[in-house]
Amino acid sequence: MTPRPFLRAFVAPATLCALGFVAALAAVTQYSLRAYVPGSLEPGGFTLANFAALLKPLYARVFLDTVWICFLTALFTLIVGYPLAYALVHARNVALKSAILVIAVKPLFLGEVVRTYSWIVVLGNNGFLNSMLLKAGLIGAPVQFMFTEFGVVTALVHVTLPVMVIMLAAALSHIDRDYERAAASLGAGPIRVFLTVTLPLSTPGIIAGVTTAFAWTFSAFATPQLIGGGRVNMVANLVYQLGFASFNFPFAASLSVAGLALTFAVLALMRAAAGPLEKIGLH
Amino acid sequence: MPRLPSQWCLRLLGGVIVSAILGFLLLPALVVTLAAFNSRAILSFPPESWSWRWFVKAIAYEDFQAGFHNGLIVTGWASTIALAVGAAFALALERYEFRFKRPLETVLLSPLVVPHFTVGLGFLILAAQLGMARGYAVIVACHVVLVLPFVLRSVCISLRNLDPRLELAAASLGAPPHRVLTTVTLPLLLPGLVSGWLFAAILSFNEFTASLFVTAQRTQTLPVALHNYVREYADPSMAAISVMYIVVTATLLTLANVFLGLAKVLNVEHPR
Repeated sequence: MTPRPFLRAFVAPATLCALGFVAALAAVTQYSLRAYVPGSLEPGGFTLANFAALLKPLYARVFLDTVWICFLTALFTLIVGYPLAYALVHARNVALKSAILVIAVKPLFLGEVVRTYSWIVVLGNNGFLNSMLLKAGLIGAPVQFMFTEFGVVTALVHVTLPVMVIMLAAALSHIDRDYERAAASLGAGPIRVFLTVTLPLSTPGIIAGVTTAFAWTFSAFATPQLIGGGRVNMVANLVYQLGFASFNFPFAASLSVAGLALTFAVLALMRAAAGPLEKIGLH
Repeated sequence: MPRLPSQWCLRLLGGVIVSAILGFLLLPALVVTLAAFNSRAILSFPPESWSWRWFVKAIAYEDFQAGFHNGLIVTGWASTIALAVGAAFALALERYEFRFKRPLETVLLSPLVVPHFTVGLGFLILAAQLGMARGYAVIVACHVVLVLPFVLRSVCISLRNLDPRLELAAASLGAPPHRVLTTVTLPLLLPGLVSGWLFAAILSFNEFTASLFVTAQRTQTLPVALHNYVREYADPSMAAISVMYIVVTATLLTLANVFLGLAKVLNVEHPR
């Protein structure tokens, strides 16, 4: 057996972190199974009532809306992110490459609140977009972008784009260029090379990007809260309202657990559906 | 190679599409900068008169100062702990086989896909059950878990780019394991360690959703203070803060790109 110096010292701190994280998830799960005692922060006995209440149309609706918004966001992020990732990998000019990279990843490091506020300034009724459209005479009255699904999804796509671009670019940059050159030398035009060689070979990146985009959007809070303004609600907003406005922590916990389960279910489903696609990509 | 007109058109179209996407990415930053220098308290485009007053007001605002200060404490601890824990674990992951390797890796990477509100609520309930006050320790623990995947990824990529023969050479010349680690491995890993720490620090400083759950009035970090401000007031102080954020982040990222090679760290460069 090969020597493994410092193995214990390397693994122990990480194990501690993992245990802390698992304990936090266990705490939520435990709370989700407890009864809510109005007016008290202490939960009551064990019950399944919280999960039964999730099936009420009011809450089920928020779940469906959330999944729909996540789906739209993941889809549009893919459509917008792919050309950018392609340009990033294929750009020959070093300065251009660096500029694309910095601009593409910057929103990731700005924080949700700053990004969301910026979009309020763009989309508001006397915001940038409406002012420009009014000045140009294209519209007679401000268009309502705020408090709409369109506004929320636009801001969410902007938030999610960096992760998508990083994952797609990682996949695209590891494709052997010789495949593309071989196809071109055999007479395939650039569009055909892209559709029959590059795109199938980048499937693993597409799958990783779409699943991560979906999961990230699921945890969005500030964007639906500030741009949705109560009219577009996602699970995160509901959890916060129940916890900090009604102090119903057991129900907030059950929503969190259901949210977690739903995220994992959707991720598993996407991976399963993507399995055959990935095989095509590997050939 | 002869360029066909159709290929030229395709390149032009590609350029237009990519420019439009870059425009979409930059639009909010540009617009918010315009708004920050507008001297009036109400949004108007283009601004009629310009001023620095919102920057002065934002810097003088007590909640922002407290948030900045709390944020530095939390970020300093969280990113440093995450770097130490993550770098050590990355070394074990890349070099050794051990029991529970895959399960441990899966758990530590899962915060990437677990909703942040679940993590935040989890740490809040856990702290309450352990009888801990909502102090810095809980926030730091929560942030460490959330940024650890980024440190792991960054250090693992650097480790894979490191030539193992250099370590073997040191060992064969008689250096004991701790000397190989401190004089060969760690110095060679430095760019990966610095960028991992930088990512962890920026992400922790900006983490919002989970922080909202685990911070209290006394310990609120800057994003939480900003969020409370946006909900109450509509003046451009927030735009001024956003501009400072954008400038600092863009500077850090550009420096990271120049000195550390962002493309390599993010693994988006074609290996040659």
